[in-house]
Amino acid sequence: MSKKNNDLSAVKVKEKFNWPLTILLILGLITVLFPLYMTIVIAFKQPSEMTNSISGILSLPQHWSFSNFREAMEVTDFWRSLLNSVLITGITMGLALVIHSLMGYAVARNMQNSKFYRTSYYYIVSGMFVPFAILMMPLVKQTAELHIANVVGVILCYTVFYMPMNVLLYSGYLKNIPVALEEAAHVDGASTWTTYWKVIFPLMKPMHATVAVLTALGTWNDVMTPLVIMSGSGMNTLPLAQLTFQTQFGTNYNLAFASYLLALLPMLIFYLFAQKQIINGVVNGAVK
Amino acid sequence: MKKKDSQAELLKPKKTVTERERTFAMIAIPILILFFLFNTLPLIKGFIYSFTNFKGYGSYEWVGLRNYIDLFTDARVGKSYLFTVKLAFFTTILVNIVSLLMALGLNAKIKFKSALRGMYFLPNILGALVVGYIFNYFFTYIVPAIFHTTSILASGSKAWIAVMIVCAWQAIAMNTIIYISGLQTVPEDVYEAGMLDGATGWSKFRHLTFPLIIPFFTINMVLCMKNFLMVFDQIMALTKGGPAQSTESISFLIYNNGMSGGQFGFQSANAVIFFIVIVTISVFQMRFLNSKEEQL
Repeated sequence: MSKKNNDLSAVKVKEKFNWPLTILLILGLITVLFPLYMTIVIAFKQPSEMTNSISGILSLPQHWSFSNFREAMEVTDFWRSLLNSVLITGITMGLALVIHSLMGYAVARNMQNSKFYRTSYYYIVSGMFVPFAILMMPLVKQTAELHIANVVGVILCYTVFYMPMNVLLYSGYLKNIPVALEEAAHVDGASTWTTYWKVIFPLMKPMHATVAVLTALGTWNDVMTPLVIMSGSGMNTLPLAQLTFQTQFGTNYNLAFASYLLALLPMLIFYLFAQKQIINGVVNGAVK
Repeated sequence: MKKKDSQAELLKPKKTVTERERTFAMIAIPILILFFLFNTLPLIKGFIYSFTNFKGYGSYEWVGLRNYIDLFTDARVGKSYLFTVKLAFFTTILVNIVSLLMALGLNAKIKFKSALRGMYFLPNILGALVVGYIFNYFFTYIVPAIFHTTSILASGSKAWIAVMIVCAWQAIAMNTIIYISGLQTVPEDVYEAGMLDGATGWSKFRHLTFPLIIPFFTINMVLCMKNFLMVFDQIMALTKGGPAQSTESISFLIYNNGMSGGQFGFQSANAVIFFIVIVTISVFQMRFLNSKEEQL
């Protein structure tokens, strides 16, 4: 054991980085980047450039033309779908931060001495295990009856679907925030409501980041909920539009791939700027 | 508002309600109502529909346990359970082995560490449906052209492998990051011992590093299993359940036949059984999470 440790430290002094492993990992990136490369080159090409050979498909386009993108935007009503996606994700995220944190607060502060809040907590958290498949059909009927078989219905569904996880995260986080802080504010004459917004809500910033990332990633990429609920409304979200217009793309894969790339782009750009926050959020959500 | 206040007071009828208690009740009760309306109520309705022959429209009758009896003799349903379990099982194993290796590599003394980690996480943030469409083209045109074979997606016996690869491509990104955060909790000296190459490296990994990251292993196993059992988007984009219904996942079957196939009642029964399967797995998860909390 000690000999091995010595060997290791000797290696470490000589060579700081494990280069063979680094090179192996860089080569491994092909598995991640190849599908994206393929998407980009096909999206920029014209159907005439797509010969049946591999080189015809995977070579760089002769002209970098944006005509496929223009056409794809028209065919899939891109801006409308994008707007719907942004609205759904944005509003759901906002509601999650407000509603789920409030519920987490109410539960965390009363669980110890109130059976009602303890039951509420387990009631909501157990909702995590309800698969969408069982809610799907009744929810379609229900949203149609309430005349919210549209963006509103989807947002309400998401607000409820993400509640179990987010309440669990918030109430867990609040256990580490001492009640003494609130009591101090209370002595100063602030109401519970004011205390929450002025003292507690800002203190939960790290958890807000986690909740925002998890909720936004989940809602942005989800297809099933808008598929069943909004199908009658003629509206699409960005991923759903790819499904809806699949038949219109036909065998024009260049057009289809331009559309796929457009659908992936907002998230790719977002990831470029908020990579650290996204990774931290996802890890926190899974591990906590 | 008035009504909600009186409800709040009912909860504690003997004591006078303080401002704090009233505020909490006013927060909790509307949220609980919302949760009930869009989670519990549809769950109950789904359960009720499972005892009917409802087609999704028109009138319907009670059929008692008929749907449940039919469910166990229905070849298509049986096939979809077999496919889903097979997919979930093999994908979970594949994903966890690859992720663990990736995490060990990405946690070692390598150059460009954070850039590599960021790149390898990329598949996870992309929408599964669009990823599925891209891979659909890959399996239909690129792979057959390279290996001069027919498309794997057209093969009833092998199409599930394509689904597995696409599911794994995205899940590996996620699980690797979780394993990395697990490896970071391992004390440096123990971790270095586990990173040694060769047979001693393996036995040290097995006896030192791995036992210390078992909680993360369990998280990943349960997470994977649950996600893959509910697989939908990848099926929709790659195979639409085909060829010859060989890749129909449970969620896909419930969606397809329940929503447009006139089997609303029957597929509700299927969904109830599916729910029980998921709950059984989740109970296991809850137990694990509780035991982990005790440790901390």
